[in-house]
Amino acid sequence: MKAAVISFPGSNCDQDLAWAFQEIAGIDTDIVSASETTLAGYDIVGVPGGFSYGDYLRSGAIASFSPIMPALKAHAENGGLVIGICNGFQILCEAGLLPGALQWNKSLSFICAPEELAVVNTDTPFSNAYEPEQTITLPIAHGEGNYYADPDTLAKLEANQQVVFRYRDNPNGSLNDIAGLTNAAGNVLGMMPHPERAVEALLGGTDGLGVFESLKQEVLANAAR
Amino acid sequence: MFKASIYVNYKPSVLDPKAEAIKTALKRMDYDNVESVLFGKYFELVLAAKDEQAASAQVDHICDALLANVNMETYRFELTEISEVKA
Repeated sequence: MKAAVISFPGSNCDQDLAWAFQEIAGIDTDIVSASETTLAGYDIVGVPGGFSYGDYLRSGAIASFSPIMPALKAHAENGGLVIGICNGFQILCEAGLLPGALQWNKSLSFICAPEELAVVNTDTPFSNAYEPEQTITLPIAHGEGNYYADPDTLAKLEANQQVVFRYRDNPNGSLNDIAGLTNAAGNVLGMMPHPERAVEALLGGTDGLGVFESLKQEVLANAAR
Repeated sequence: MFKASIYVNYKPSVLDPKAEAIKTALKRMDYDNVESVLFGKYFELVLAAKDEQAASAQVDHICDALLANVNMETYRFELTEISEVKA
């Protein structure tokens, strides 16, 4: 079982995400530069948080044209698992791998705070270790996390049960309280909260562990099939 | 050569918190008559193309792919034919 964490110029959660995969979940993990062009041999690809390319133009817009992106798109189209966190979520939306877009927080403030989330879909490779409707607390740290999709797209993704995490007390104006969602096929997840920052009690909480346990279970189950 | 003047704005259905903040500041400055504020982006591209139609098609693609996020933004542009730009 192998995981890759893509490092873009300006990523700042790549080491944390790799730590969570490698040291906490025990998954063999490489940090792969965004200037590489292959992701062959990886079961899981993590797109980390940060400020890729300085957030110029729009968050994630420049990163979505990085040399690694065709390989990431191919990995996703072949059913490979992809998790984008914070700036990673913004990049996946900009790249068209997830529906919708992340807009400026309604308050215009950068919000760095623990947030309560409801796990509203536990039938995904990213959330199967949680209980249905379980409340978890994960840190958020973003200025542009206000999820937007046009009414048709929103209706479709709700009908298809693509929403995985919802804010209990919406901090940023996201439509339908959406904190994290998958693509229609269910193998690509984007979320604004940081599960990789909540995997050790020493650092304030372990509610993010479920995401990494879920991914590990999914890859093991796939291998056994 | 063509100069493309490109305007990118949020769709009317998207509430832009930055534009709202500007509007609030204008109200504070006693400009109570300002009904609405649109806060967009402006780009200028100079490109070589064989004719206006070719330039237009290319700028369209550039806007769709990069300059605008068509999920939440719209764009429009004007093309002007210009003489060669010396580097």
